[in-house]
Amino acid sequence: MSSVILKQVSKHYRLDAVEVPALSEITLTIASGRFTVLSGPSGSGKTTLLNLIGCIDQPDSGTLTVAGENVLALQDDALADFRARHIGFIFQNFNLIPVLNAYENIEYPLLLTGVDTRERQRRVQDLLDAVGLADRAKNLPGQLSGGQRQRVAIARALATNPALVMADEPTANLDSHTGAAILELMRNLQCERRMSFVFSSHDPNVLAMADDAVFIRDGRITGIEQRTPELAA
Amino acid sequence: MNAFSLALRNLLRNRRRSLTTLLAMMIGVSAILLFGGYSRNINLGLQTDFVRGSGHLQIQHTDYFLYGSGNPAAYGIADYPRIIATLQNDPVLAPMLTVVTPRLSLGGIAGNFDAGVSRTVFGAGVDIAGQNAMLQWNDYDFPGVAKTSPLTGSRSDAAVIGTGVARVLQLCEPLQVQNCPGAQRRETDGAAAPADITALSAQEQPQAERSASRTAIELLAANAHGAPNVARLNVIKAEAMGVKEYDDMAVQLHLQQAQRLIYGQDAPKVTAIVLQLKHTGQMPAARARLTELLAGPLKGMPLEVHDFATLNPQYGQITGMFAAILGFIAILIGAIVLFTVSNTMSMAVVERTVEIGTLRALGLRRSGIRRLFVCEGALLGAVGALCGIVLALLVAYAVNHSGLTWLPPGNVDPVPLTIRVWGEPAMIGRTALGLMLVATLSAWWPARRAAKLNIVDALRHV
Ligand SMILES: Nc1ncnc2c1ncn2[C@@H]1O[C@H](COP(=O)(O)OP(=O)(O)O)[C@@H](O)[C@H]1O
Ligand SMILES: [Mg+2]
Repeated sequence: MSSVILKQVSKHYRLDAVEVPALSEITLTIASGRFTVLSGPSGSGKTTLLNLIGCIDQPDSGTLTVAGENVLALQDDALADFRARHIGFIFQNFNLIPVLNAYENIEYPLLLTGVDTRERQRRVQDLLDAVGLADRAKNLPGQLSGGQRQRVAIARALATNPALVMADEPTANLDSHTGAAILELMRNLQCERRMSFVFSSHDPNVLAMADDAVFIRDGRITGIEQRTPELAA
Repeated sequence: MNAFSLALRNLLRNRRRSLTTLLAMMIGVSAILLFGGYSRNINLGLQTDFVRGSGHLQIQHTDYFLYGSGNPAAYGIADYPRIIATLQNDPVLAPMLTVVTPRLSLGGIAGNFDAGVSRTVFGAGVDIAGQNAMLQWNDYDFPGVAKTSPLTGSRSDAAVIGTGVARVLQLCEPLQVQNCPGAQRRETDGAAAPADITALSAQEQPQAERSASRTAIELLAANAHGAPNVARLNVIKAEAMGVKEYDDMAVQLHLQQAQRLIYGQDAPKVTAIVLQLKHTGQMPAARARLTELLAGPLKGMPLEVHDFATLNPQYGQITGMFAAILGFIAILIGAIVLFTVSNTMSMAVVERTVEIGTLRALGLRRSGIRRLFVCEGALLGAVGALCGIVLALLVAYAVNHSGLTWLPPGNVDPVPLTIRVWGEPAMIGRTALGLMLVATLSAWWPARRAAKLNIVDALRHV
């Protein structure tokens, strides 16, 4: 079972007249239900790759299949709906909606996918408990610490039970202690809920937790390691 | 979490900016409403003046309006009592009517031959009871007690003249006209009335009846047969008329007196039958019914109907001018609101670029982003309109109770300065709707820009 398949995917950015290659001919399969870490130095193309997999950016060439769907063929609205249903995002800067409280931030993706009121309540409450913020439901992001904000963001990413959760250096803006706790939380939730987590990080602690590790340098894959055996479906 | 509650929270997030924008809209809306209420009051005041003076509709002899003025002999309405009775007894028309009254307008020469002066004048023979009933009309609740005609209760030879006429005829002193210092008396040839006029006058009224008063004038006019005729009138008052041309020409007398002057022993006629309605809004219905009556029971009479706006062209001119000024102000304020709101929304879009990228990544469609910002604009517009209405009502109330007065065009006495905002729901509604439309429209472009943002670029925005 694979949740993401990339074939010959390339992407470059144009800076004035110069073309900056960000990814070159990436061919990669990300297995379903696993904790995959993209590892590489800064500027190696991790974010670019995550953006492509997360369907918020388009490659210049190559094919991309996410959760069985040829996402490159989808129009903008269909792609937005696809993201709402199948992909969760965890950002480096948390990116919570500042005017919504913790509860409402977690609820937001459920509103986008049209989940009914009772089910929404049940799921949000469940996630608040799971990330340990049941008593902070009414707090606005501004009233939460960095670690708490990232917990809300994790809950938000998991709300729709997406096939795939993207996390671009989610601990980079946290102190190491909090970062470790957040990592552990994600790892536990991923195990419990059997979703695919795709991480980017250059933190060895993150790498240590990976089921699969993908090493990138200068926009090319330099190695793939399977750290834990794939469970039979 | 609907779009409006989200919009409200986002507006509250940047309170100061939202408040400045609101303030601009508030001032704009109240400026429109206050000027609108002021010009509305002027329009209604003018309308009230005209309706009190010359009714809503007048039935005249065909072509009198264009060709017959000053020629009552040729354009008189014969058998007018029957027409008036028909109108007053008509089941459709009668409920709309307040007054139906005849009037005879004539041109002539007024002379104070004792002083050797004369001038052309415009005479109006009116039915005093009808005239007084017309003066009661106050459909727009203007303050003050209804005036009555100065001819009320006077003898049949009484007349009221404009102060301009009084000045020319050197009657200032006996009539106690103000601003009329004794003018240099000029030597003229006609120091005494021509013998023929004196003779005519004597023939018309026996010497015994003639008033020996110092305010007597002679009114000379062509009678129905084209021959000159004279009436000796006793001026009981000089009244300022507001418009100088009219003030210099006006002579008002009893209808019977005017009829005797023009028609002598013949059957009396009038030049107009004046109709006053309960409400100005009934004019189209009343007109339609009059057309039916003229084609039915009154068939064969060469009559036509004119409304007060046609009879008083300055009404249309003045209301048109105010409408143009109001339109200009509204466009100006609309443009200011457009720029203010679009500036506010553009700043919001830039500030919330990362948020826009996040929402799009989470799966909100472009249209959802657009809706978010358009809702904010619409909400700003709605709140701005509401605050503006409240402000306008407060200012209007303060002005209306401040005791300020002003002199409207064509008026003689100052009237209280009134701004009609309360009680003008149509104007308030139009203004509020217009503002909300402009605010929504000006949010549209920034909203479109926000919706078009590239997600990755938006997320990288710092
Ligand atoms: N929007 C952009 N415009 C131009 N160059 C970019 C842009 N985004 C990324 N790059 C370049 O692409 C390369 C890969 O960047 P990125 O994917 O952000 O790497 P990482 O996340 O591993 O640090 C880098 O050389 C970076 O400078
Ligand atoms: Mg990066």
